Amino acid sequence: MNTMKVIKNIGLVISLIGFAIFTSSMFTGTNKVSEETFNTWASQKVKSEVFIEKAKQEIVGKELSAAQLSSKIVDIAKQSNEYHKSQKEIAWDKIIWIKWNKTYKDFVYPLVRASATGWVVKNQGLFFFLTFGLAILGGLLFFGADYKLLGPAGIKNNGIFQHSATNRGVLGMIAFVYFVSFYMLLYFFPNYLINPILSVNPIKQALNGNASDQWFLYGFMYCSVMTVFAIRMFIKYRHNNYQIVRTAVVLFFQIAFAFLIPEILVAFNKPWFDFKNAWPLNYTFFFDWNINSLIENGNLGIFMLVWGIILTLVIVPVMVYFYGKRWYCSWVCGCGGLAETLGDPYRQLSSKSLFSWKVERWLIHGVLVFATVMTALTLYTYFAEMETWKELAFGLSVYDVQSSYGFLIGSIFSGVIGTGFYPILGNRVWCRFGCPLAAYMGLVQRFKSRFRITTNGGQCISCGNCSTYCEQGIDVRSYAQKGENIVRSSCVGCGVCSAVCPRGVLKLENGPEDGRINPTQVLLGNDVDLIKLMNEK
Amino acid sequence: MEHIVIIGNGISGVTAARHIRKLSDKKITIISSETEHFFSRTALMYIYMGHMKFENTKPYEDWFWKKNRIELKKALVEKIDAENKQLLLQDGSSFSYDKLILATGSKPNKFGWPGQDLDGVMGMYHKQDLESLEKYAPNNKVCKRAVIVGGGLIGIELAEMLHSRNIPVTFLVREASFWNGVLPEQESEMINKEILENHIDLRLGVNLKEIKADKNSKVKSIVIAETGEEIACNVVGLTAGVSPNINFVKESSIETNRGILVNRFLETSEKDIYAIGDCAEQHEAIGQRRPIEAVWYTGRMMGETVAQTICGNRIEYKPGHWFNSAKFVDIEYQTYGWVWAKPRENEARFFWKDTTGKKAIHLNYDKETQEFIGINTFGIRLRHEFFDNVLTEKKSVTHVLEHFKDANFDPEFFKQHEEAIVSQFNKENGTNLQVKKKSWKRIFSKA
Repeated sequence: MNTMKVIKNIGLVISLIGFAIFTSSMFTGTNKVSEETFNTWASQKVKSEVFIEKAKQEIVGKELSAAQLSSKIVDIAKQSNEYHKSQKEIAWDKIIWIKWNKTYKDFVYPLVRASATGWVVKNQGLFFFLTFGLAILGGLLFFGADYKLLGPAGIKNNGIFQHSATNRGVLGMIAFVYFVSFYMLLYFFPNYLINPILSVNPIKQALNGNASDQWFLYGFMYCSVMTVFAIRMFIKYRHNNYQIVRTAVVLFFQIAFAFLIPEILVAFNKPWFDFKNAWPLNYTFFFDWNINSLIENGNLGIFMLVWGIILTLVIVPVMVYFYGKRWYCSWVCGCGGLAETLGDPYRQLSSKSLFSWKVERWLIHGVLVFATVMTALTLYTYFAEMETWKELAFGLSVYDVQSSYGFLIGSIFSGVIGTGFYPILGNRVWCRFGCPLAAYMGLVQRFKSRFRITTNGGQCISCGNCSTYCEQGIDVRSYAQKGENIVRSSCVGCGVCSAVCPRGVLKLENGPEDGRINPTQVLLGNDVDLIKLMNEK
Repeated sequence: MEHIVIIGNGISGVTAARHIRKLSDKKITIISSETEHFFSRTALMYIYMGHMKFENTKPYEDWFWKKNRIELKKALVEKIDAENKQLLLQDGSSFSYDKLILATGSKPNKFGWPGQDLDGVMGMYHKQDLESLEKYAPNNKVCKRAVIVGGGLIGIELAEMLHSRNIPVTFLVREASFWNGVLPEQESEMINKEILENHIDLRLGVNLKEIKADKNSKVKSIVIAETGEEIACNVVGLTAGVSPNINFVKESSIETNRGILVNRFLETSEKDIYAIGDCAEQHEAIGQRRPIEAVWYTGRMMGETVAQTICGNRIEYKPGHWFNSAKFVDIEYQTYGWVWAKPRENEARFFWKDTTGKKAIHLNYDKETQEFIGINTFGIRLRHEFFDNVLTEKKSVTHVLEHFKDANFDPEFFKQHEEAIVSQFNKENGTNLQVKKKSWKRIFSKA
């Protein structure tokens, strides 16, 4: 027992060292912009000769940290803009557009990435081991020790609400700040993530010969985190085959479909494509650049285009009809996969109040409407052969609509809030409040599906384990204690309500639609005449 | 407007209030001195274990009561004046009613053991017991050992609770095997094993002699009657069953025995006063049930029933077929129909256990007619509706076994044992039963 505790703690320390090296590496390393690197970058990004001249003096050949280099680039851009604006005739094409959520990732990052020098650049393999290697190894020891520490197989939720990390305590808040900061850097300031991005460079090179970028870092990290936490799930739920199978399948889809296949496609000069990512979660699917790129890619591209359309229009609803939306949300989807692995320790934090349910319905259906309208406008301009940046109405272009969706929903909601807020709002923030695909499938699940959670007659004792551990914030008990089946659009079928029930009351089932929704007044077990009297009213 | 007053905000009282509200516009007040809002008593253990917060144990949000015009009064009732339809409260005020429902629940039994009221001695029933446990047994530094006296469902839950915080537990059980007054030998043995596997020091066939105090009148140790062994401990849990919580009723004109005596309509000896749930005692037991049933769902069913009577549709309390469930550390248990600890004259039994020793079923049926009488199931979930139908229609044990796949309620992908079960039955009885494929049609056809 005690040796296992020691192993667990050693694992924790090793993992934290890995994270510490990973995180602190952002603040180390130097950049040296060579003439050649600068010219390549400038030829794609800048038209202003003022900027180029100034930058050549101040940046090229100098040793600067990533932060210094970034702020210099922006400073010079501002000065150059000022100069151009002070001219009688303003050369608008020479103005460098400065906006916090675009400039750093689109303008600054490529130069910083290309000019990185230092120890990490020369020792990428070792650096990978010191960051990912240690974090993964430590994580495996930490969770592996639970096999003994948790005791015999069974539901082991001891201490969850007494632990700072899982009950919005200090550790939870630290995790929250770390997650949110990471997503902010990833989406908007990748120029500060150069060394972390370099840590996975050898893997990217091996996969398709390209240089790693922030999205590859994210993808690799996503798979690693899911793998370590999936092993935690396998140990925690080793008595529950539904949980084991489900977790293994969702991990497979993440690694194979969201990570490896797209990278391999790129290696063969084909478009990056995630075959399981359905519109409207995959909101860029109908964007002109995506459609054009698919059409330009021959038979495979056309197949991808047709597949994407069939996936959304046929496969998704048919599968939801037979199995409920769980087939996607907790068996296939990447967002769901992260929520069910990394997010599992936070599932109890989702709010079960009626108020939250109201907010949820407005928000998630609002996003669905937003996504649908945006896509409709996109397709309209596509078929009308209009330029997306041209004004459509009210001073807005389709491009404006697309980029505000991308910013508000694609980045802030699904990433920063959706994952960053796990330690505060529970692990399905995005899936519950934001995902338009979940909203779409939810409508099918609620009105035309064979899936339900069956309540076992009168066995419920209202203990509330089911509601507490429902990540989607469904008050499962409110149905179970009435003897009523649970038929809710938001249910992702994770099966944990059924797992934690101490009395065997809940079962996820696909059965005939008839009798799926069964409102009851009096539960099974009471006088048959009374049941008849009450339930026939 | 008629004023219905309910004493007790547990499952019985609250169910009665909810149903009266559904059926009528009467004024409803629930009086309780335990907590302001209804919570699920069955979940108290999970708060201590850290699975839940107190908030999570409330089945209804706090706005529910006002919205449904159910008034909540936190007070302790000291006397009932049935003649004047008045309640006397502890603060000296009085409170009048038109109809009164007594739903005061149970209290833990104490059998006059020396030291039973010391600091550190507690039951595990009320919210206050939980607070007391949190005070005296917050961790294994403050509480170096706990002793639990009484081997029933609450006893094993309390053992599991303390074990979750790594507090060493000694579990004194009067019977020769755990809960063997209810469970047949095989199942009882299985649970003994489960207890020991969780490193709980199970002592079978022993009684408590006394609880000894230190100089601050706090628990210091206990002494076992049979052996005279003294066990040092900081907490003693008394879990030797419960009895109706009716002290204040006994002084009134309402007829009582162990519980408040009621007829089949849940009416007490006094007009317009009803009793439901754990505190009610039937003059004559219903079927094979006990006259006092301290079970969650029977409390709820009495609440459902009494609401009808109060709202003008006077009906008898007629519970259907017996069923129940529990969880013994990691082993889930369900039962449908009757499986007595010892087979009766007319009964035949069939017992099956899997190789892990954590799953078992025990069938009880009539020797002559083969009629199904009941089933105990451990580690395999079964469908309530299936067995309710089987019992109503007096089906045979062979029918149950042939359709056992319809009865299975385990989550998807769980190992299925129907074939193994039936083949063992065939072997033991020289039959040739075949398990039928699961049929949704049969599951859904109620008649």
